[in-house]
Amino acid sequence: MTGINHLAILPILVPMIGVIANLIMSDQRSNKRVVGLNIGFSVTLLAVSILLFVVLTQSDENVAAVYPLGNWPVPFGIVLVADRLAAIMVLTTSILALASLVYASARWHSRGTNFFPLFHALTMGLNGAFLTGDLFNLFVFFELLLAASYGLALFGGGRNRVRAALHYVVINLVASFLFLVGVALIYGTTGTLNMADIARAVPLIAPEDRGLFEAGAAVLGVAFLIKAGSWPLHFWLPNTYSSAAPPVAALFAIMTKVGFYAILRLWMLVFANAEGAEATFGQTTLLVLGVATLAYGSIGALSCKALDRLASYLILVSAGTLLLAVGYNAPGVTSGALYYVVVTTLAAGALFLLKDVIDQILPAEAQVLAVSLELYGDEEEAIDEDQEVSRTFPAAATLISLCFAIVALVMAGLPPLSGFIAKFAMISSALNADNAPSVATWWVTGALIVSGLFVLVSMVRNGINIFWTSLPDDDVLRLRTLEIGPIIVLLALCVFMALAAGPAMIFFAETATFIHAPQGYIDLVIPAGGAS
Amino acid sequence: MELTLAIAIGVLAASGVYLVLRPRTFQVIIGLSLISYAVNLFIMSMGRLRMDAAPILSGANANPADYTDPVPQALVLTAIVIGFAMTALFLVVLLVARGLTGNDHVDGKGN
Repeated sequence: MTGINHLAILPILVPMIGVIANLIMSDQRSNKRVVGLNIGFSVTLLAVSILLFVVLTQSDENVAAVYPLGNWPVPFGIVLVADRLAAIMVLTTSILALASLVYASARWHSRGTNFFPLFHALTMGLNGAFLTGDLFNLFVFFELLLAASYGLALFGGGRNRVRAALHYVVINLVASFLFLVGVALIYGTTGTLNMADIARAVPLIAPEDRGLFEAGAAVLGVAFLIKAGSWPLHFWLPNTYSSAAPPVAALFAIMTKVGFYAILRLWMLVFANAEGAEATFGQTTLLVLGVATLAYGSIGALSCKALDRLASYLILVSAGTLLLAVGYNAPGVTSGALYYVVVTTLAAGALFLLKDVIDQILPAEAQVLAVSLELYGDEEEAIDEDQEVSRTFPAAATLISLCFAIVALVMAGLPPLSGFIAKFAMISSALNADNAPSVATWWVTGALIVSGLFVLVSMVRNGINIFWTSLPDDDVLRLRTLEIGPIIVLLALCVFMALAAGPAMIFFAETATFIHAPQGYIDLVIPAGGAS
Repeated sequence: MELTLAIAIGVLAASGVYLVLRPRTFQVIIGLSLISYAVNLFIMSMGRLRMDAAPILSGANANPADYTDPVPQALVLTAIVIGFAMTALFLVVLLVARGLTGNDHVDGKGN
């Protein structure tokens, strides 16, 4: 067990070394070896994440890698906890990060300064937020990933980006202050910051402190909901995501899932299994917010003409679906939601990348791009010459439209692909849960199905606009292997998740059972008889 | 002491919220600073307010009731550092926006 415990810190260390190495090498954007080295860091991170994932999959479901930093006893020291839920999220982050980084290394990395260190800092913050077992370190890693994301949202410059990033920074700073207030209230009432210790201490809170604790949890919840893009706290999201550079937006696809992850983890640990009146604390609120987010996201998706805004609204749709799943509080629904997180994150990332590829081949958009190139990227030509542009691909348009169709099927949740399996698992478990069908069941079912229809309509409409009416007549479309490759890999993973649905669902079901029984998590982090 | 601190936090937070909702970036950044002061004081107060109590336990028969909680002070220190860094980062974005749009309106719209 000691061996695998050290694995828990590697997904944070590898990107950190990446950041440091990039700072030492300074800013050599056009150097091929530097680009290769950065891809190497990302590949290493992926390998570490796969190793962590495989170790946790092979072992018993009640095993997690617990890494006390500095070997301090747990409630006093800081601890990293990699259970299966964290391993799933870390693996998804690493896959998405590698795909975006490879895509960016085709040409985007030279559009501005310091792309690679910011990128590694963002993955480091994401992995840290998933792995930490301590509320205050969750805040620190949130700030780390946000600081990197501010830089990346501004990457490439331009008036539009700066305006969107300005709003994004202000909203996230205010959210961070709410986060601190929530953490302080929880510390003030429970006297601890360790998540497992909080879960242990909650039943012991004095009745007169109970209201204060719930107020703290609610304030903390608002901070998480802002990050998750929940209605009515989501107005920063479409602007920021659609104006960010495409590889950056692709990695941002997992940032709303950090909010979802934090809500899922804390709520399951603290409230979902409590007895008595507090058992349903916030459940109705989460369900209502989920339905509202889904409604807003799908109607917004219908209103979009541009593909990048559509992709941002699809992120809102998936955020709403996940909130519904957390609010429903049944292990089966949670396992469907975990499957849904993985596939929609990968598909949304692929859609942001695909949008950029489509922009390149559309004549009107291509001209806009050329103008912005003249303004911002004068190094571009020098790179293009020694860059290997792949041979003319006669089937390029077919390939892109096929990718688009796969994204549409996954996001709308149509059979035979993985989006359907995820939604089917959620709806069928919602109908089979304890004391179902209730009013909530019908709201969840209806919202999932109707939002799927809306997403399908908006995707099909955009697809018709792009592929039937505006493709150039001559068949000479050029695709860079470095750019189309990551998209195909991401979508192939979505298809593979559909093929391997059986084993995957068993795995997710075990994970969901584990997080629905917080005593297992508490026992792992604070062994019986330990100092507490 | 509780009342004084509560009033101070309340005034700082209310002024900060008012300023954050103003349309000029300079007012927004001052508002964010005020909110961050309020939040830092709030974290400090969550360790319970004690006068002249040491934060370090000493001796074999130390009575925990005689000591003050040191953890909120450590948290405040981290929160101050991070808050300063983020405000500085926002200041840079603000200057870039000012340079690109030619005015300090948050939407870049002028007047």
